[in-house]
Amino acid sequence: MSKLSDQSLWMSGNEAIAMGASEAGVKVASGYPGTPSTEIMENLSTYGEVYTEWAPNEKVGLEVAIGASFAGVRALATMKHVGVNVAADPLFTASYTGVRGGLVVLTADDPEMHSSQNEQDNRNYAYHSKLPMIEPSDPAEAKDMLKEGFRLSEEFDTPVLFRITTRIAHVKGVVDRGEMEQSSVTKGIEKVPAKFVMLPANARNRRKVVEERMAKLIEFAETTGINRVEEGDRKRGFITSGVSYLYVKEAFPEAAVFKLGMCWPLPEKKIREFADSVDELFVVEELDPFLEHHIKSMGINCRGKELITNQGELNTAIVRGSIDPASMPTLFEPAQLPMRPPNMCAGCPHRGLFYNLSKLDVFVSGDIGCYTLGFLPPLSAMDSCVCMGAAVTIAHGMDKALGEEGKSKLVSVIGDSTFIHSGVTGLINSVYNESSSLLVILDNRITAMTGQQNNPLSGYNIKGEAANTINLEELCRAVGVKHVDEVNPHEVKECGRVVREALERDEFSVVISRAPCVLLPEMKKQPHNPYSTVLENCNGCKACVKLGCPAISWQAMTPEEAKAKGYREKQKGIALINEVQCNGCGQCVELCKFEAIDREEEK
Amino acid sequence: MSDTGNILFSGVGGQGILLASEVTAYALLAAGFDAKKSEVHGMAQRGGSVTAQLRYGKKVYSPLIEPGSADIQVAFEMMEAARYLPYLHKDSKVIVNSQKILPPAVATGQTEYPENVLDVISDQGIHVVTVDAFDLAAEVGEVKTANVVMVGALSTFLSVDVSVYEEVINTRVPERFREVNLKAFAAGRKVSQ
Repeated sequence: MSKLSDQSLWMSGNEAIAMGASEAGVKVASGYPGTPSTEIMENLSTYGEVYTEWAPNEKVGLEVAIGASFAGVRALATMKHVGVNVAADPLFTASYTGVRGGLVVLTADDPEMHSSQNEQDNRNYAYHSKLPMIEPSDPAEAKDMLKEGFRLSEEFDTPVLFRITTRIAHVKGVVDRGEMEQSSVTKGIEKVPAKFVMLPANARNRRKVVEERMAKLIEFAETTGINRVEEGDRKRGFITSGVSYLYVKEAFPEAAVFKLGMCWPLPEKKIREFADSVDELFVVEELDPFLEHHIKSMGINCRGKELITNQGELNTAIVRGSIDPASMPTLFEPAQLPMRPPNMCAGCPHRGLFYNLSKLDVFVSGDIGCYTLGFLPPLSAMDSCVCMGAAVTIAHGMDKALGEEGKSKLVSVIGDSTFIHSGVTGLINSVYNESSSLLVILDNRITAMTGQQNNPLSGYNIKGEAANTINLEELCRAVGVKHVDEVNPHEVKECGRVVREALERDEFSVVISRAPCVLLPEMKKQPHNPYSTVLENCNGCKACVKLGCPAISWQAMTPEEAKAKGYREKQKGIALINEVQCNGCGQCVELCKFEAIDREEEK
Repeated sequence: MSDTGNILFSGVGGQGILLASEVTAYALLAAGFDAKKSEVHGMAQRGGSVTAQLRYGKKVYSPLIEPGSADIQVAFEMMEAARYLPYLHKDSKVIVNSQKILPPAVATGQTEYPENVLDVISDQGIHVVTVDAFDLAAEVGEVKTANVVMVGALSTFLSVDVSVYEEVINTRVPERFREVNLKAFAAGRKVSQ
């Protein structure tokens, strides 16, 4: 009998969370795209009764959600783990104000850094901001527990942190539909300055409330069903939460398990009872020893990170092997193969810009997005990448440190969405404090890396409806940039000329490198008109190969093969264009000096 | 766990691995199994090496396949078949699309595509089935259905009735693509029967 029905659906964690938000009666949701959180807001935007938006960054998104909560409706803010750093300012004070309508702040952590620059463990934020944190184990739980989070938020007057990881967000499983719920709060303007105006006198009072609330939350943690003991053999007992629970169940199916659905605050009494009932206690958790530290500080003896790594994702084999090394099977050795790292797409406009940067003696201060792939060979044209927006400011800091030595050598590169996220403030600083670095804004009209989300430069909102478009040139001029040039990066030579000219200037300059992402739906709909190699003209100079385009490949020849095919004996090979992959951007045509690249209509 | 089946899909970002694993998952669910599937999104999708991990059984906890326990590997590219050797065991079945996609270091002439790359698998005594999915897809009239050809080839190794797959394709694929996908599925099934 099928597992699926009208009531049981096959869904990713992110799809399930969107359905959970809808069932919880969420009215306002705001977020900034970031793997692995992006699809939550994308899916939620298809539920008619919820207002959804892409915010320019996570701080804005969380503040919007706080505002909606103050107005008495249920609100959700979503972000990836590093986004919480950006949103930390409002988060820590919202802990003092508490809520009116239920407020859940979702953090999607990325252990193993599948698509991230660090693997910070955001459970630490729960302790730090004095907020409860819920941690589901799979898509079905994520949906149910999100609803519990909204009930908890209203009952205890607190924002609730909700932590998922990549193996919940991007895991599919069977999820059952549930009841529609409503906020217990009435929507409207309510003036409660002692609660909402956090100047010192009020904040000191709320500080006490935070402690009282935490005491009540600990009582709740002792009794709630989302913290449950699963009976089993008591020789070994396991305390675990999140995806780690699933690995424990498979690695040690016979053992007793205390599963924490709420990883903060901890139910000390229940943990002590469980610890006393088992011969040996293990704490299994991904990344930091968060549970372990707090359990040990209760004076309870347990083992965790001395056995299990604090780096990367766990899985069943790691959990089993860390505790029972003798049980590990012998595995086949991995084959030695060329790596296959991700690459910019065929026809990606960023390639034209990075090709030019690779030819210059400059330090390229990079940022977060598809264009971070400009770091990889053969272009190898990125020298730093720290966090969203840091391209602009790091180049400025280097400029101030180096003085004359850095002249015409400092380029910062940032995408359109990242620029709006947190590059604008850096730009204002660079102008105000007279940087002489060059800023290149890669405007492809979309937040591309996370899968094509609209942003304030796209001209569309989250639902694809027409929205205001920021004029980048005017924005730059308004903050005081005197030199703003626009260039089409597919015109490789002209792009190079404009970049060199801007670099040579003594004053701060902006170059807008503008061409749409090839993955935009309207670009995909364009007629496929690829280039191909005119074989007899190719002289093997490799000029096009050095672009690193996935549609171009080098075919080596021996001297005999070269001669047999009518080439010079010394010619080492030819470049071939894969017409299925080629998007017809024409960058390689500009670089070919031998008329060896052509396409139908131009013949 | 011995009562849980593990299917590892591997290939290159953009080859339609997610859809292939999705059709297979729907078929297993329709046949009454519980299932979980892990996917990779974000940066890796830009032409990098990607996997989808599908597990099915009475009750599935972990969404990740343990090394040494993939029962079936469905590889959409030859080198991407060999890359995941530590996930296989001696009784694994490997179904490989005979396509080569050159990684950047090979495409730019820095290194060569390994010759007879599938030997590293068959040398371990593992059963390898090669499928010319690209050609078969071209024969049925749509090269983009190469992924469904692979689902067809995989289907003979699973205890799910062929009608269940056809039902999944009929309900999950947009009407104008149904016919060609059903043909692609049948073409793939024929290869491994």
